[in-house]
Amino acid sequence: MAAVRSSGPGAGKVFNFKLVLLGESAVGKSSLVMRFVKDQFDDFRESTIGAAFFTQSVPVDDNTTVKFEIWDTAGQERYKSLAPMYYRNAQCAVVVYDITQAASFEKAKNWVKELQRQADPDIVIALVGNKNDLASRRAVTTDESQAYANEAHLLFQEASAKTGANVNELFKSIAKKMPLESQKQGQKGLRNSSATNRPSVDLNNANTPPSGNCAC
Amino acid sequence: MEEEYDVIVLGTGLTECVLSGLLSVEGKKVLHMDRNDYYGGESASLNLTQLYRKFRDGSEPPSHLGRDRDYSIDLIPKFMMANEELVKVLTHTDVTRYLEFKQIEGSYVYRDGRVAKVPANEMEAVTSSLIGLFEKRRLKKFLEFIQKWSDSDPSTHQGIDLDRMQMADVFKKFGLEAGTQDLVGHAMALYPNDNYLYRPARETYERIVLYVSSVARYGKSPYIYPLYGLGELPQGFARLSAIYGGTYMLDKPVDEILYDDEGKFKGVRSGEEKAYAKQVIGDPSYFPEKVKTVGRVIRAICLLKHPIPNTSDVNSVQLIIPQNQIGRKHDIYVACVSATHNVCAKGYYLAIVSTVVETDIPEKEIVPGLQLLGPIDEKYVSVSNINVPVDDGTKDQVFISKSYDASSHFVSIYDDICDMYKRITGSELVLKRRPRQDEEQATSAGQ
Repeated sequence: MAAVRSSGPGAGKVFNFKLVLLGESAVGKSSLVMRFVKDQFDDFRESTIGAAFFTQSVPVDDNTTVKFEIWDTAGQERYKSLAPMYYRNAQCAVVVYDITQAASFEKAKNWVKELQRQADPDIVIALVGNKNDLASRRAVTTDESQAYANEAHLLFQEASAKTGANVNELFKSIAKKMPLESQKQGQKGLRNSSATNRPSVDLNNANTPPSGNCAC
Repeated sequence: MEEEYDVIVLGTGLTECVLSGLLSVEGKKVLHMDRNDYYGGESASLNLTQLYRKFRDGSEPPSHLGRDRDYSIDLIPKFMMANEELVKVLTHTDVTRYLEFKQIEGSYVYRDGRVAKVPANEMEAVTSSLIGLFEKRRLKKFLEFIQKWSDSDPSTHQGIDLDRMQMADVFKKFGLEAGTQDLVGHAMALYPNDNYLYRPARETYERIVLYVSSVARYGKSPYIYPLYGLGELPQGFARLSAIYGGTYMLDKPVDEILYDDEGKFKGVRSGEEKAYAKQVIGDPSYFPEKVKTVGRVIRAICLLKHPIPNTSDVNSVQLIIPQNQIGRKHDIYVACVSATHNVCAKGYYLAIVSTVVETDIPEKEIVPGLQLLGPIDEKYVSVSNINVPVDDGTKDQVFISKSYDASSHFVSIYDDICDMYKRITGSELVLKRRPRQDEEQATSAGQ
């Protein structure tokens, strides 16, 4: 089982996608990302502080790499205060529930509905039952989740951020589902991404320095 | 929300969200509430449903306008100047990473009954159709003077003391006609009236430099604009705040502001819940008894199916009608963006006509602006009070922002942010670049 490695720049084509995390508070959204991006897990991780988003690359084949820009909710989901900005241009979403909390599965279904309402119609959605390591306390069966995922056309995976089980597999399966051929770079790429070729302005990088003063 | 915070912020307008973001980054524990179920308060960008709730009593939007989600209509028309201070706040806090900006393609001015491009520098002044042959030379000389001015080099001063001489006298010295003064003072320095003529010239000098250097930065105009509308700005700063631990509650009515025996702010009540803090920040609508009205602005949001006539069919434009041209005391602004900016459905243009209200019939005052638009598909008009706090907040620890004024850019908002920041924290706002804690390190640190 190959670990997911960043193949670095120059290794064939890199496709960028914005991935958003959704799910009830405390189901382990951030933990899944920390496991995927840093291969770390913290039992006492509280809310998400200080990280705007992470990126991580997944090689799909020898010439192709999918690079996810992963947006965390930053806790704004707690009081239904996620901004429309969060969903904008998201091309894939990971909707997380906790297999030991039946209510979190119902919430996950609501988030899927919300995505279908607010996000791009072509968004790739993966449903993830986290905390797979706590099988003895399971409250949501695999069959039930799988049936729902099939019906709603979602990818489905049970995983554990704590043990790392199925985490890399999850992101790899999303990467494989991304429409690489039809990615319209001019329209759907990432914001402010150098990979895209849009006529937008980069505030950090002026084309021309302000005129007038000395240029040294 | 039953907790103790450092600061409670009421309303998610741009000023509130920037302050919330800055304070959270500094480690303050922030609770941010809004009575609306959307971000942005008075500076929000609305979808069709929200727009019709606000302007048409919640009636169904006409079907020819298309999909609800294709709309993101600014309530307050403004463009950001490429070199203004708020842009630095965006880059220093890294909020730019959530946003994508486009240039506004044209900067136009109304003069002698027609619409023409504002010359961006002395080269363009020479070829401008706005100005007569001899006047061109004088304007060129004036703009060269501005370009070359250096405080430390008296040979660039031409006998002018910017800190003492009134702008009117500087104009006189260069022999600029009234119409050219309008061009410089209103379309470049962006003054909404003529009061600046009688103040020291330094301020006008700085505003012209801001205009010219902003044009030089990206080329077509001094203005930039975020895709999906200005409402993205408060959302971006709210996200910054949340990332640093800020708690967000939309759709949360504020039923009572709680004070202690000495009238100092203590907390807020929403239904049965209470939250406590030492300080509160909010927009004027949350503190009607602590603000006064200093003026009114009328804004007409217009949907068009064509670009604004006589602007070379550009997809976005700022058009200024200087007061003198139409016998008013305040300029009329027209700000136009389009489907290219993801603010309305394909084929539509969104033009907002606004000005400071001078009479009892404000709708009549904006007619000269509306007349420049050609046929208008839909129009939504509002007249808003400009409210400002009565006190500076140091006594009761209630810090109230100013309403968004009629100006065409964000300079006055930034000034209010700095001023409030100083009153809230006791120190000047110093922008530090936010340390990046993201992927580049994460990837190399990963296995």
